[in-house]
Amino acid sequence: MNTETQTFTGVGTPATRLYGLMAIVALGWVLLGGLFFTPEDAVQGDAVRIMYVHVPTAWIAYLAFIVTGVASACWMIGKKHSIGFDRVAGASAEVGVLFMAMTLLSGSLWGRITWGTFWVWDPRLTTTAFLFVTYIGYLAVRGLGGTAHQRARRSSVIALLAVLEIPLVHFSVVMWRSLHQRATVLSPDGDIKMDGIMLFTLLCGVFGFSVLFAWLVSHRQRIMAMKDARQTTAIDVAVTERLKEAQS
Amino acid sequence: MNHAGFIIAVYGITFGVIIGLVVYTIRQGRNLSRTVADKDKPWT
Repeated sequence: MNTETQTFTGVGTPATRLYGLMAIVALGWVLLGGLFFTPEDAVQGDAVRIMYVHVPTAWIAYLAFIVTGVASACWMIGKKHSIGFDRVAGASAEVGVLFMAMTLLSGSLWGRITWGTFWVWDPRLTTTAFLFVTYIGYLAVRGLGGTAHQRARRSSVIALLAVLEIPLVHFSVVMWRSLHQRATVLSPDGDIKMDGIMLFTLLCGVFGFSVLFAWLVSHRQRIMAMKDARQTTAIDVAVTERLKEAQS
Repeated sequence: MNHAGFIIAVYGITFGVIIGLVVYTIRQGRNLSRTVADKDKPWT
């Protein structure tokens, strides 16, 4: 245990508290609006309510994996090889894997209502599952041990390869025949065919989950920084003790 | 509401997991920050 000054406990800052507050307000609306205040869809009925959490969680998973790739590239390209980039990459991947799992689960339940089955080996579902498994592998590689720089070197290579899967997942519905519907909001023609309150609730979900992502990554990368600091301190103490033993 | 079970399950799982992760992160941060010196917490 470190005996130096510890006056500040926690990992929150005024900025992360603001993110947290914005996430609570936006996601509070998604919960209430999504379940009670938005209308039924003309085709899907009440099943459309799943969209308000399914689409934003998928968006956050994509965003998280892109952030992991960019942070890994920054670590690799940067002259100083700042370990802070690697921590952001790792924290973002952790959050991304969790949101990808929620996307698969909510999509599976939505599929049971609209397609009559929890799972089909459809191009979008299959590539998404492959992306999910790839990032579980990425997190496993991060946990292999060694110094922080060894961890950063091996995981950054995987992150830069894994991020290439995201366009494949996103455009799988265009490239192959798929049961999964194509993009509604980000359609190439820019024509959004959605009722105002439904679109507002969906965008609230995207905004709320995005600030929640920022909150989670900020906190989790600080937690990683403290774990690394504790590990370094423990190694320093062990080396000092061994030197004392050798001298006595 | 049609398919209420499925819809409530999706919302319950999503918000439940998020609340669980947020609580876990806050607690883990507080516990670790008690064992690490202020100099290793540049955000303070």
